[in-house]
Amino acid sequence: MALRIGIDIGSTTVKVVVLDEQNKLLFRSYERHYSKARERTCETLRGLRGLLGGQQVRLLITGSAGLGVAKASGLDFVQEVYATAAAVREFIPGTDAVIELGGEDAKIIFFGGTLEERMNGSCAGGTGAFIDQMATLLNVSVDELDALSLKHEKIYPIASRCGVFAKSDIQPILNQGGRKEDVAASIFQAVVDQTVAGLTQGRELTGKIVFLGGPLHFLMGLRERFVDTLKLDSDHAIFPEDGDCFAAIGAALCTEDSAHLRSYEELLDLLEHAATNASPVDTMPPLFTDPADYDAFSARHSAMTVPTVDLAGYTGDAYLGIDAGSTTTKMVLIDPDCNILYSFYHSNQGNPVSIVRPQLQEIYAQCGDRVTIKGAAVTGYGEDLIKNAFSCDLGLVETVAHLNAARHFTPDVDFIIDIGGQDMKCFKIRNGAVDSILLNEACSSGCGSFIETFAKALGYTIADFSKMGLFAQHPVNLGSRCTVFMNSSVKQAQKDGASIEDISAGLSISVVKNAIYKVIRAASADDLGQHIVVQGGTFLNDAVLRSFEQEIGRQVTRPTIAGMMGAYGAALAAKEAGLEQSSLLSPEALVSFTHEARPATCKGCTNRCSLTINKFDGGRRFISGNRCSVPLGQPKADIPDLLKFKYDHLRSLQGKGQGDGSRGKIGIPFGLNMYENLPFWFALFTSLNFEVVLSPESTRSLYIKGQRTIPSDTVCYPAKLLHGHIMALLEEGIDTIFYPCMSYNFDEGVSDNHYNCPVVAYYPDLLSVNIPALAKVRYIHPNIGIHRAKDFEKKGAELLEKEFGVPRRESVKAIRRAYAAYDDYRALVRTKGQEYIDYARANGKKILVVAGRPYHMDPEINHGINDLITSFGFVLITEDAVFHHMSKQPRHVLNQWTYHARMYNAARYVCTQPDMAFIQLVSFGCGVDAITTDELRSILEEGGDLYTQLKIDDISNLGAVKIRIRSLMAALEARDKEKEGGR
Amino acid sequence: MAKLEYDSTGRLLFTEEMRKEYTILIPQMLPVHFGLFAKLLERTGYNVAILNNDSRSVVDNGLKYVHNDACYPALLVIGQMIDAIQNGGYDPHKVALLITQTGGGCRASNYIHMLRKALEKAGLEYVPVLSLSFGLEKNPGFHWTVSLIRQLIYGMMYGDLIMNVANQVRPYEVNKGDTTAKVEHWMNELLDRFDRGDGMSRKKMKIILDEICADFKSIPVAGEPKVRVGVVGEIYIKFSSLGNNQLEQFLLDEGAEPVVPGLTDFLIFKIYNRVSDVEMFGGSKLKEAVCKFFMGYVEKCQLDMIDSLNKAGFRAPGTFADLHKLIGGYLNDGCKMGEGWLLTAEMLELIHSGTPNIVCAQPFGCLPNHIVGKGMIRVLKDDYPDSNIVAVDYDPGATKINQENRIKLMLANAKRLAEEEKKAQPAEAVSAG
Repeated sequence: MALRIGIDIGSTTVKVVVLDEQNKLLFRSYERHYSKARERTCETLRGLRGLLGGQQVRLLITGSAGLGVAKASGLDFVQEVYATAAAVREFIPGTDAVIELGGEDAKIIFFGGTLEERMNGSCAGGTGAFIDQMATLLNVSVDELDALSLKHEKIYPIASRCGVFAKSDIQPILNQGGRKEDVAASIFQAVVDQTVAGLTQGRELTGKIVFLGGPLHFLMGLRERFVDTLKLDSDHAIFPEDGDCFAAIGAALCTEDSAHLRSYEELLDLLEHAATNASPVDTMPPLFTDPADYDAFSARHSAMTVPTVDLAGYTGDAYLGIDAGSTTTKMVLIDPDCNILYSFYHSNQGNPVSIVRPQLQEIYAQCGDRVTIKGAAVTGYGEDLIKNAFSCDLGLVETVAHLNAARHFTPDVDFIIDIGGQDMKCFKIRNGAVDSILLNEACSSGCGSFIETFAKALGYTIADFSKMGLFAQHPVNLGSRCTVFMNSSVKQAQKDGASIEDISAGLSISVVKNAIYKVIRAASADDLGQHIVVQGGTFLNDAVLRSFEQEIGRQVTRPTIAGMMGAYGAALAAKEAGLEQSSLLSPEALVSFTHEARPATCKGCTNRCSLTINKFDGGRRFISGNRCSVPLGQPKADIPDLLKFKYDHLRSLQGKGQGDGSRGKIGIPFGLNMYENLPFWFALFTSLNFEVVLSPESTRSLYIKGQRTIPSDTVCYPAKLLHGHIMALLEEGIDTIFYPCMSYNFDEGVSDNHYNCPVVAYYPDLLSVNIPALAKVRYIHPNIGIHRAKDFEKKGAELLEKEFGVPRRESVKAIRRAYAAYDDYRALVRTKGQEYIDYARANGKKILVVAGRPYHMDPEINHGINDLITSFGFVLITEDAVFHHMSKQPRHVLNQWTYHARMYNAARYVCTQPDMAFIQLVSFGCGVDAITTDELRSILEEGGDLYTQLKIDDISNLGAVKIRIRSLMAALEARDKEKEGGR
Repeated sequence: MAKLEYDSTGRLLFTEEMRKEYTILIPQMLPVHFGLFAKLLERTGYNVAILNNDSRSVVDNGLKYVHNDACYPALLVIGQMIDAIQNGGYDPHKVALLITQTGGGCRASNYIHMLRKALEKAGLEYVPVLSLSFGLEKNPGFHWTVSLIRQLIYGMMYGDLIMNVANQVRPYEVNKGDTTAKVEHWMNELLDRFDRGDGMSRKKMKIILDEICADFKSIPVAGEPKVRVGVVGEIYIKFSSLGNNQLEQFLLDEGAEPVVPGLTDFLIFKIYNRVSDVEMFGGSKLKEAVCKFFMGYVEKCQLDMIDSLNKAGFRAPGTFADLHKLIGGYLNDGCKMGEGWLLTAEMLELIHSGTPNIVCAQPFGCLPNHIVGKGMIRVLKDDYPDSNIVAVDYDPGATKINQENRIKLMLANAKRLAEEEKKAQPAEAVSAG
């Protein structure tokens, strides 16, 4: 029998093994290929001449990037999961499941009975690439990340679905002073959760589990998280010695069936001369046609600058601006003429406090007695922390800081786009106020750090890498989606023979396309504005700047201090404040300054905020991560909040009600449209003497209970929560659960049709076949239509007779009562809403109409956004309290969902009320809101109002939410001021 | 030039004048079917063009003019239309667009509005849009007639039959290209016959269906049976090669025989929903009766098609009633948005008819598919351990290579299953002997 070679070409590494007749491993290698997969493989194979030269051998290629290589070289290929399974069957019999993580993929293979495999789909977080990205973010190597994680004390919830999300979760933790050790472990936990939640899809991960792939081979901390989470002992958690090469070993084992017998020399020859496509299929025009073109471009942009004055020779007043951004800290000191005296830009390595302090000392030293700092302002993610730590005079929301700075260059600026390392923001300026803020919080970004990570992976510095793209002849078209997708696009482009230069240019262009089409969703330059200012560190990259101008077909302003604009804007605000004396810590105070951060969980309410308690010298404390004032030792703001009122009211609808409970208990999962229909069902069942058992309040741990039974990982969080609610009811021993399917909702007369969304309508059906334990109880999930009251009296009575033997006459009576109860609830919401409006008007408070679906009142879904809103002094009411004021009107969309129709009308009503503002809550992954958001925006903008959208997910990071609400407040203030001025 | 007229809500109408002057552009989905439909519409007095533009600028236009969180089919269809108007050599003032609007609770009913918004963004707001729906929007220049509807149903039968027989013959043809040539031949032949007024009655259709079957039977074939792979999914992604990255061709290249359930069941399904709505929730009995009648007629035509296939020795799909029977215990009639229970039923039918290997193709984030596609795969696996279903998401960012890798895994499983079965069979024979 011939020697067998298995080659596993993954997204980042090549693994080569040689097996002899007895399945003994004669050779193994594991190497990074830096996107030169075929070349790397050839090199390794050439090194095996001593072992294989002159022999007839069998070779099989596997792996996600192996398919292309196999095709190009005419060699045999086997799918990698299939290969892995073969190796596991051979070497670790009795295995129940395999968890394998690779560079860009994650897989679970279930054994036992029939083989079942799961791979990550298009939405791929939680992989090696994700861990690499996170390590870069923390500015540590992957090994250091691993070492850190082993010393954790606390796990923070972090989303691993997509790098962008995780970054936005991690950044605030770091900026608020969270420990790196805890963050490192939390990153690994996120990978575990993603794998378990995303891939098990209803199957239990139990028994003997084998862990494979590079990350699980090398990272002890990741192993620990898996073992802990799955509660495995050493007999059931197997980490094989060659776990990083298992797919290659499997490929070698599979050669018998599917690989040709060839001489070693022939194989090598095939691989070396594999046809690579000469030119990539999909390219774009170059950024610059010639150096002169580039020179003119450079000259134009370098004119946009701020004079600098030598601090050493300056005497007088000065103003300090600090931008504690997500990855970098920027500081600017200006004189009264707005000239720059001193500036500083540095990566904050996750801890801005330790960066700011020495810089302040440096500034004080250079100022000596000649210069007096008359004001200090801070902005950015770390605003609160820095403001408290160093006793700055004022803090301002980033958008306003950027606007201040942009106006300095272009007084009539009407659009600002800022692309930083991790985040992208853009906003319009209307009537001098910030309007329509767009942030990259959806599934993608492709911000600056993406280019950087890529440059590093290819072995270049970011500066060199981006320069390479300037004169690329055929920039690759890489599309405009999330980074994970872009990784595979790059892989494909390289396979097709694209040069590094072309890829560099392509990446810059795709960052820009992402911003324009994905975040801003502009159709033309006019959509953005006439006077555009671009800023943020990423725009210092000329390739990005150029592609931006090319893409929108218009020249823009890029200040030379593009990376410092937030700090410069803050300094301008400090100057504007016109203070007599700054409260900034003195040089003496800085000497004795200390800072210590400790994580804690607030137990004040169900939000269970993850707090960071920062202690400074002299007993000063600063608590961050809170939504309300309870952890600060103050009572919650006592401002009317209709979301909370509705929630409390609905939660009270359980038990026997007016009945005696003699017909037994009936469980109702409190989720999706049960939030709206509960009054109906509660009245119906209690009238019939059932006792209604409501599932407990949603929490993260309730979600985890049902997480493993979720079949589609891209469905919205409110739907996913239902699995936990059902599990909780089952745990309580409830043997009858009622959760009907409803295609139609109530017809409220303001829409073209009155559907529920498909997920809401049929989730009960999905649950019935995906939660095995439901088969053991009576799960009643019929299709019903309560939208036709008369018909439902009959149909509902039939159902109740069939299911419970309730006499029809009794049912009809109960059904009528149910309709009345539902109407009462709707009326109660309206009355209460009016009461709150009156309160606001009597007390001179602004009213915020929070529009969404009924289930957005769930604190686990809205993450306490309502508390945040009222803490800013708004009276909060909901769309269902005001929509009835408007009648039906034709829309530019098919107005066919009941809850949407309410939002359209509520938005129209807000336009008629000067003291109301509108915010829409949108769950991530909500397909139907792709339709409502544009329509709501146009309703509000046509009505001269502001549209604010808050996108929410399973993770409770309120950073972006705060920016939006504060910007909205700033805009409202500006609007009021303007009105006063006009009077 | 035709005058632009609007209805009371401000919707631009397709007028009688436009019918004469304008070309109606229709996005491609199923080449045979749509080619026939176009011909039938032309014969009724409309100028029609089916769009086959598929360059990168289709997707780019989609991304540019459609909300990026909208479903991929909307993005492609709208991108294709705008690309055609801008780069297809049409006079933008002489075209109208036709788009389907099922009126269900899925986002798809809103494509038409997304299209209008996109047109406005692109400065093409003067282009009228026609809704192909059960009476959601009406236009003075476009009328349904009973005879047109009947002809379109026949067109669909021809299309489904040709697709069906071609899929069964192509993987085994001795001379590469025979089947495709035959498909083209019949396309042209049918268009010619339509021109002569032939083939547009049910009686004639039955004869021609037999003729087509016989003709495809005459293609020389050879070889062992290949692994059969069913294709189900969201209607556009399932059928459109632009949407599914040439899925059928890929399966053929991988040595599999694609099995693609036809369009007829989807139409019957959509009509049936109106019947079952009334049965479940109450409503107009008259509407129910009309729908029942319409549905009955299409079902009869479907039976004709199935008969022809059976007679000629082709594998025939089950009837709509068969599918409906299979879904019992999994989903019920209420689950009707998007492809609804039909999608799950198609998977069941494939499993029952010896095609347990299935690609379930959907746009990324497709709402109904959370339930009827991905949501049902687990229970099918429990009930039919041999079922081998892979769900593949399609969107503008997903690369072909990742999709193909997932499908390859399914194929590797399928081949192992087939081999195991082969090994098991002789053993049984021995024990029986």
